[in-house]
Amino acid sequence: MANREKLINTALALLLPALALAAYGMGEPFYVTLATRIAILALAAAGLNLALGLGGLVSFGHAAFFGIGGYMAGIFATHAFNQTPLFTWPIEIAATDQMPVIWLVSAGVAALVALPIGLISLRTSGVYFIMITLAFAQMIYYFAISWPAYGGEDGLSITMRNGFPGVNTLDPLNYFLIAYGLLLLVLFIFTRIRDSRFGAALQAARQNEVRVASIGIRPLRIRLAAFVISAMITAVAGALFADLNRFVGPSMLSWNMSGELIVLIILGGTGRLFGPVAGAILFVLFEFALGGLTEHWQLFLGLILLGVVLFVRGGLIGLLAGKVHHG
Amino acid sequence: MSSALLIEQVLNGLQFGVMLFLMAAGLTLIFGVMGVINLAHGSLYMVGAFACAAVAAYTGSFWLGLVASLAAAAAAGAIVEVTVIRRLYSRDHLDQVLATFALILIFSEGTRWVFGSFPLYLDIPPVLQGAVSLPGGAQYQLYRLAIIAAGLVVAIGLYLLISRTRLGMRIRAGESDREMIGALGVDIASLNTIVFALGAALAGLAGALVGALQSVQVGMGEPVLILAFVVIVIGGIGSIKGALIGAILVGVVDTMGRFLLPQLLTLFMEPSQAATAGAAIASMLIYIVMAFILAVRPKGLFAVNA
Amino acid sequence: MKRIAAAALGLGLAFSSPAMAEPLKIGMITTLSGGGAGLGIDIRDGFLLAIKQSGNKDIKVIVEDDAQKPELAVQIADKMVQSEKVDILTGIVWSNLAMAVVPGVVGQGTFYLSTNAGPSALAGAKCNPNYFNVAYQNDNLHEAMGNYTNTINYKKTFILAPNYPAGTDALTGFKRFYKGALAGEVYTKVGQTDYATEIAQIRASGADSVYFFLPGGMGIAFMKQYSQSGISTPVMGPGFSFDQDVLGAVGDAAIGVKNSSHWSKDLDNAANKKYVAAFKAEYNRLPSLYATQGYDTANLILSAAAKASVKDKDAFRAALKEAKFDSVRGKFKFGNNNHPIQDIYVREVIKEDGVLTNKIIATSFTDHQDAYAKDCKM
Repeated sequence: MANREKLINTALALLLPALALAAYGMGEPFYVTLATRIAILALAAAGLNLALGLGGLVSFGHAAFFGIGGYMAGIFATHAFNQTPLFTWPIEIAATDQMPVIWLVSAGVAALVALPIGLISLRTSGVYFIMITLAFAQMIYYFAISWPAYGGEDGLSITMRNGFPGVNTLDPLNYFLIAYGLLLLVLFIFTRIRDSRFGAALQAARQNEVRVASIGIRPLRIRLAAFVISAMITAVAGALFADLNRFVGPSMLSWNMSGELIVLIILGGTGRLFGPVAGAILFVLFEFALGGLTEHWQLFLGLILLGVVLFVRGGLIGLLAGKVHHG
Repeated sequence: MSSALLIEQVLNGLQFGVMLFLMAAGLTLIFGVMGVINLAHGSLYMVGAFACAAVAAYTGSFWLGLVASLAAAAAAGAIVEVTVIRRLYSRDHLDQVLATFALILIFSEGTRWVFGSFPLYLDIPPVLQGAVSLPGGAQYQLYRLAIIAAGLVVAIGLYLLISRTRLGMRIRAGESDREMIGALGVDIASLNTIVFALGAALAGLAGALVGALQSVQVGMGEPVLILAFVVIVIGGIGSIKGALIGAILVGVVDTMGRFLLPQLLTLFMEPSQAATAGAAIASMLIYIVMAFILAVRPKGLFAVNA
Repeated sequence: MKRIAAAALGLGLAFSSPAMAEPLKIGMITTLSGGGAGLGIDIRDGFLLAIKQSGNKDIKVIVEDDAQKPELAVQIADKMVQSEKVDILTGIVWSNLAMAVVPGVVGQGTFYLSTNAGPSALAGAKCNPNYFNVAYQNDNLHEAMGNYTNTINYKKTFILAPNYPAGTDALTGFKRFYKGALAGEVYTKVGQTDYATEIAQIRASGADSVYFFLPGGMGIAFMKQYSQSGISTPVMGPGFSFDQDVLGAVGDAAIGVKNSSHWSKDLDNAANKKYVAAFKAEYNRLPSLYATQGYDTANLILSAAAKASVKDKDAFRAALKEAKFDSVRGKFKFGNNNHPIQDIYVREVIKEDGVLTNKIIATSFTDHQDAYAKDCKM
C-alpha cells in the first residue's frame, strides 16, 4: 500500500508539469496559468497541512498568513514600481521587486504575526482553537479593509509582476516552474520534518498529549513551532498567488479562503504528503469546469464536497492508496 | 453627550446582544449535546428570514410568517441532522467543518435558485411600528424593544426547559456523558434530532425577527454566524448562561465601540481621520476582547466540563 | 447553460447581417451567484437585450460568473483573453474586481468597457486608451447630490458611508460640492446590517438632512430602520440605492427620498421609451440602472462594430470614443479619460401603479465630468 502511495505521488508530481508543458506547446497560456494556480494553492495547503495534518491543529485562520504574503508582494511591487521607499523612518528602506527577498520578508512577517496568535490560540484546543484562529484572521481582515494606505477593500493591483534573478517571470511557463519548484521544495521539507524527531513529537502530541508530556516534551512549544513554520509557508504561497493574479485584496484574508484551504487538504487526504496537491487539482478543476456549466455551480460544488466528506474518507489519496500507516 | 443618547445606545447594544443570543444558544446547545461544530447555522438563520418574508408576502401576516420561519428552520435543521450531521458524530471537528462548509454553499445557492437573486421585502407588523418615548426623553423604536423582550422570553424558556423538563434532563445528561444515557435506554438518535431542530428554530426565529429590520438576502447569515461563534467561545461552549452573557457583552461592546471610539479619537486627530480610524478599530474590537478573554480563560467565561 | 451565444437569439439570417461580417467576440464577467447576483443579472440582461434587438449575428457573447471574488474574476479574464481570444471584455459590477482585472486586460491589448465600476485610479493616473467607462465615475452621483443639497438650502447634513475606499471617495465627492456645514460624518463597518447606533447619532446631531452611501443590502437595512426610528429628517442617497432592483425590498419607506442618477426610466427620449418597453416585455420587470448601463454598453459596441473592424484596434478605438449611439440617457460623450461627460439628475421615489419607482425632479449637473480627468495623460 505504501508503495502504491509513492506511485500516486509520483504521478501527481508529474501531472502538473505535463499539463503545463502540453498547454504551453499548444499555445494555450491560460492552462499554464491554471496549472500555476494549482501549484500555488497546493503550496499554501501544504503549509497548512503541517499544522493540520501532522499536528492536528485545525487552523481556521490561515487565510491571514496567505493574505499577509499577498500584501507583501503587492506592497513591494507598488513601491518598487513607483520607486518610493518602503519606510522612511527610522531608516530609509528601499523596496525591491525581487521575489526571493519578498518571499523571505513574507515568511518573516507571517512568523511575527503567527507567534502571538499561536501563543494565545494554542492555550486552547478543539473547537476553541478553530474559532480563535478564525477570530484573529477576521481581525486582520477588517484591518485590511479599513486601512486606506494600501487600497483598503479595493486591494492593490500589481502593475508589473515581481522579478526573479535571471528569469523572465512574465513568461507563464517560467512562472509555473518557479511555483512548482517551490512546491517540490516545500514537500521535501515536509517529509524531512515529518520524519524528524520534531515531527515525531508533533504527531505523538496529536495522538496522545498526556503521554508526550510525561516523557518530558512540552507539546505547546512543539505545536507553536509547527504553527509558525506552517504560517511562513502559507505566506510564501500568498506572495506567489498575488503575483499570479497581479492583484491582492482583502478577499485573500477572508474566512472563505481559510475554509477553502481546509477543503483542499481534506479533498486530497489529511496529513498525506501529496494530499494538498491532489486537493488543489480537484478543487481548481471543479471550480473551472462547473463555473462554465451552470450559474448555480456553487450548489454542485457543495454537493461534491459533502459527498467526499461523508463517503470518501481519507480524500482522493486515501481512496487510491488506502489508509495511512503509522509507524 | 446627552444621557438620552447614551440610554438609546445601551438599548441598541442590548438588542444586538439578544439577537446574537438567539443564534448562539442554538449553536452552543448543539455543540454541548452532540459535540458538533455547525458552520451552517447561519444558513438556518437565512432560511428563517426567507420563510417569514415569503409567507408574510403571501398571506399578508407577519405573525404567520414568524410561525413559518420557526417551522421551516426546524424542518431544515431536522433534515440536515438526519441526512448529514448524524454521520459526523464519531468524526473529528475537521470533517464537521468541511461538511457544514459544504452545506453553506448548498443552502445559499439553493435559496437563490428558489427565491431569485433580488432581496425580499419583509416589514415590521403594524402593531410594532413606530417609536416610543423613554424616560429621559429618548425616542426608541418599538420593534427593537419587542426583540429584546422576545429574546429574554426565549432565554427564560430555555432555562426552564433545561432545568425543569424531562427533555432538559436528557439534554443535560447528554452533555455530561453521551454513552451513559444511551446505556440508560434514552433514544439518543431522536434526542439529537430534537436538539438540532430546536437550535435551528432559534436561528430561524432570529433570522425572521431581524429580517424585518434589514434586507432578506442570500448570504445574510454569514456575518452573524461568525459573531455567534465569538459569543459562544467567550461564554464557554455548551453553556446557555455563557451564551447569554457573552452575547450581551459582544452586543454592547460592539455598539459602544462604534459609537464612542470615533469621538474619543477626535481628541487626538482631525474629525475625518478620527471617523475612519475609529471605525477601523471598532470593527476589530470584539475580536480583541475575545483574544483577551481567551488569553486569561482559555475555555471561556462559563466553561462546561472544564 | 451559462455560455450564451447571443447570435442564436437573433431574428433572421438574411435581413440582419450589416455590411461588415467581421465576427466579434465579447467576454462578459459579472456576478451571477451569491448576495450580489441581482446586479450582475441586470447588467447581463440589459446587455443581451441590446444585442438581440440589433439582430447582429456576428457577435458572440460568452458570460461567466465571478461570484464576486477578485481572484476568480482574474482567472476568468485570463481564460477569456488568452484561451477564448475575446476582442472585448465587459460586465464587472464591483470596483475591487475591476481594479484586479482591468489593468491586466488592457495591458494585453484587449478592450475593456465598464458597465458599472468606476474607481478613481482608472479615471486618473491609471487611465488607458483601451479602457472605456460607459457607466459613471464612482464620485459622480455623490457630487451631484452634494451640489443639489446647496440649491435646496440644506445647511447641516449628516453623512455616512462604509469604511472602505469607495465609502471615503463617496463622502469626499459629496463634500467636494456641498457648501453647508456637516452635522456629522460617520464611517460604518463594511457589510454592517444594523444601523441603530448611527441612527441614534443622527437624531442627537440636530441635522437638517442625511446623505448616505450604503450599497446593496446595507442601504436596504439602513432605510428600513431609519423609517421606523421616528426621525423625520429627510434622507438623500445615490441612485443605485433607490433603483428598481432594491426598491421592492426597501418598501414604502423609500417614498419621497431624493436620489441622484445619470438615468431614469422617465427620461423623455425615443431610445429610452423603446428600451423600457422592450425590457419589460422581455423580462417582465422594470429595468434598473445596472440593466441600463449594460444596454448602453452593448449599443456602444454595436455602433463601433458597424464602423470599424475590431481587428483594426486603432480604428475600433476611435469608433468607440466617438460614442455615436442612441444612448437611453439622451446625450452621451466621452472625456479625455474615456469616462462619460453626461447630465446627472435628481430623482424622487414615487409609487406608480402599485410599484415603487423614480421620477426626475431636477437636473443637478449638465455635461458633468469627473474630478480625476486632469490626472489622466491622454
